[in-house]
Amino acid sequence: MRYAMVIDTKKCVGCSDCVVACQTENNVPIGYCRDWITERVEGAYPNLELELRSERCNHCENAPCVRCCPTGASHIIDGGIVLVTPDECIGCGACIESCPYDARYQHPEGYVDKCTFCHHRLEKGQLPACVSVCPTKCMYFGDLDNPNSEVSQLLKERKHKTLAPEAGTKPQVYYLI
Amino acid sequence: MGTSRRKFIKISALGFGGVAVAASSMESLGINSYLEGLALENSLEKLRQTATYCEVCFWKCAGWVHSDSKGTIHKIIGNDIDPHCNGRLCPRGTGGVGMYSDNDRLKKPLVRKVVNGEETFVETSWDEALTLIATKMKGIKEKYGAESMGLLKHGSPGSHFEHLFKAYGSDSIAEPAYAQCRGPREAGFALTFGSWVGSPEPTDIRDTKCLVLIGSHIGENMHNTQVQEMSDAIDNGATIIAVDPRLSTAASKSQHWLAIKPSTDIALLLAWMNVIINEGLYDKDYVEKYTLGFEELKDHVQQYTPEWAYGVTTIKPEEIRKTARIMAAAAPSTIIHPGRHVTWYGDDTQRARAMAILNGLLGSWGRRGGFYFKEKISIPKFPHPPYPTPKWGWKEIGEKYPFAEMGITNELIKASLPSADNVHPIKAWLVAGTNLNNSIPNKKLLEEAIDALEFMVVVDTMPMEITGYADVVLPECTYLERYDGIRSATNREPSIALRMPAVEPRFNSKPAWWIAKQLGEKLGLHDYFKYEDYKEVIAWQLEQMGTSLEEMEKIGVKKFPRTSGPMYLQEGQDYEFYTSSGKIEFYSEDLESQGFDPMPKYTKHPEPAPGYYRLNYGRSPMHTFSRTVNNPNLNDLKSENDLWVNPRVARILDLKKGQYVWLENQDGVQSSFPIRVRVTERIRWDSVYMVHGFGHNNKKLGRAHGKGASDTQLISQVAIDPIMGGTGMRGNFVKILKENPFKTVEV
Repeated sequence: MRYAMVIDTKKCVGCSDCVVACQTENNVPIGYCRDWITERVEGAYPNLELELRSERCNHCENAPCVRCCPTGASHIIDGGIVLVTPDECIGCGACIESCPYDARYQHPEGYVDKCTFCHHRLEKGQLPACVSVCPTKCMYFGDLDNPNSEVSQLLKERKHKTLAPEAGTKPQVYYLI
Repeated sequence: MGTSRRKFIKISALGFGGVAVAASSMESLGINSYLEGLALENSLEKLRQTATYCEVCFWKCAGWVHSDSKGTIHKIIGNDIDPHCNGRLCPRGTGGVGMYSDNDRLKKPLVRKVVNGEETFVETSWDEALTLIATKMKGIKEKYGAESMGLLKHGSPGSHFEHLFKAYGSDSIAEPAYAQCRGPREAGFALTFGSWVGSPEPTDIRDTKCLVLIGSHIGENMHNTQVQEMSDAIDNGATIIAVDPRLSTAASKSQHWLAIKPSTDIALLLAWMNVIINEGLYDKDYVEKYTLGFEELKDHVQQYTPEWAYGVTTIKPEEIRKTARIMAAAAPSTIIHPGRHVTWYGDDTQRARAMAILNGLLGSWGRRGGFYFKEKISIPKFPHPPYPTPKWGWKEIGEKYPFAEMGITNELIKASLPSADNVHPIKAWLVAGTNLNNSIPNKKLLEEAIDALEFMVVVDTMPMEITGYADVVLPECTYLERYDGIRSATNREPSIALRMPAVEPRFNSKPAWWIAKQLGEKLGLHDYFKYEDYKEVIAWQLEQMGTSLEEMEKIGVKKFPRTSGPMYLQEGQDYEFYTSSGKIEFYSEDLESQGFDPMPKYTKHPEPAPGYYRLNYGRSPMHTFSRTVNNPNLNDLKSENDLWVNPRVARILDLKKGQYVWLENQDGVQSSFPIRVRVTERIRWDSVYMVHGFGHNNKKLGRAHGKGASDTQLISQVAIDPIMGGTGMRGNFVKILKENPFKTVEV
């Protein structure tokens, strides 16, 4: 089992529904978020390329946040999901510094928080909140170990990229381009 | 865009308090994260699911409100079977909970009183406030006639007051949704096809092969199923042609972005017709069978060659020809999208006509992948005596505009100005669910009209600017706290949706139906309000429709079979359109008979003077007009607007990214608040752009006050559409001030 998210930048309109759905699903306090929208513009008027994408923790296979965590609060569970155990977190912020994606934040309660791939929903057979709400259906979620899964098929058929591959973190959020 | 993940703004009211206790019990379930446990606990505690349809915008998507036994709303999720959302709400619907939890909400009825020589609002009881309003309404009726009481409204609350007004004897009713928004396209399409576009639009986007957007920015306007279907169309390999002076989100998804010079769209539309007709690319059978005036149109468009249009629009002739051929090759599965907010330059009905005619040439009306024949189910009227017949109403107030099919707000406002020759004098207003200050252009006129009123009531959930002008302010509860009329809208197949309260009203707020009924009782109109609870009306209506409140509480949405025939024209089918001739009218004798051009022409519009830039405005996907800016969840996504400036302009004016500037328009009107500069290649150098709805000046809107600039404030030039009375608002030009013009006064 290797969970991955595939996001089609050709369809994303950057509406932030994924952000607010995550906030309400996971009780993320207002003023914070576990996912966000990035906009990138290239070229000069009127020859322009615009890419909109929803970003979050990449649930890296080689996760610097897990390696640098002094207490073991940051850890990887089955399926490759990177989680934080708040009770074990001392809020030192080493993981925040080590993350090339700026995906972690300090929760006002003192621990570090981030995307969990809505693992509590996965256990019930539901998709992550962001995936299930997206009006453009630009987000896909599934098991890369299964060659027939939708995510495996999409990565086989479509041109794609990951963010900051040079960091060597082996991110598991893929962008169709 | 996006939230700063470090900035602490405000902790949500959702309690974290008792969670530590719950966490240990979660460990027994094998959950190793405490927050996971919290989320799981939420789902284990069988959250109650209550049916609703959203009121954050006009799309009215049906969903389920998830709340716990303590009455806390956890989330709102779309209803899977709802044709308005297919189970996926937009960010505003998902964040609708913020409308409920906003502590800046109106809390108690307020009455304007003079205290210590100063006018101020004083909290009062519902009974006192309603008695005062009823007394004033009686007085207006006795002195001037009920017709002199005007209703300005939007959304679900409006319909309850409409009923009250009609029972009281006034049909002087208008809403900004018409003359400030979609009126021109309704008039233009009705004149051509005999049918309004309506809402949701009957555009068959999911099956289209070519979607043509004229300044319509689907994806920034978050009209849910339009956005969903545009995404489906992308998946299906449809071609998108986007005509926009700005690289909108939709333009960025397009294969052909025509970066048009603002205000010249009709020239492009006419040149497309020229190519499609002269190259014989139109649907000959369709045109022959269903349309009227093709020969006149053919002659008319000869003058509008692509070479001519190049000089007007800045779009190259080969680009015009190429895109015309693409849309013709995809026809009839081509949509020239009617747009939604289309009150731009004053000849907007004619632009809508040009779009409608182009659809007619391509044979897309009534065809798969073009426009489907929409249908809705009518909701049985709850029995009440017939309404009295007013001597005059919205039609007479707007009589200068023969093709207006709804009340014209700006005419109703003008009718409120004291004038000896005003035969339709409006003396008092009830304003429900619409912040006129941020929707009606020409602030001076609006304020003069308000000044002249004898009485004004505002019903809203939030202390919007308009409440500050009222004599009485009534706090309405949000859609999450009330029953409302059954939703029925045109679609591929008819459906209805139920809205019921998920939680008790906060503070001392009340549903609009209750307010309308109380006023009705006090005005002696009991026979029009023969129910204690609006639930009884809904239950009765649902039973008439072969369902029940109990069933609807369980399913939220119910679909009904079509009865009007197929969605598309059948091969060779005889079909009578609801126009005067029964045909699709390329040449409109209706327009001609009223002294208007029977076929659209290009008119040149004012251009910016040196140093000025055209003020363009649009939408962001996380906000609806000005009404959501203070919503804590949505404000968190976008708390202020930016001024989009082309890098060339930024270089000339030495503007830096993130710098705050003020704006001054051609009439010397200055923006009350500064706006942040966004230097971007996405906008032309002759224009600037901002998202509409920001720059609130009511301090009671704690999050929204003073954030960003208000486009509406800067729109003092209005080009009135002579056909239907719409207010063209894109002929305003601004210069950029780097120094605070209000330096000497407190801003």
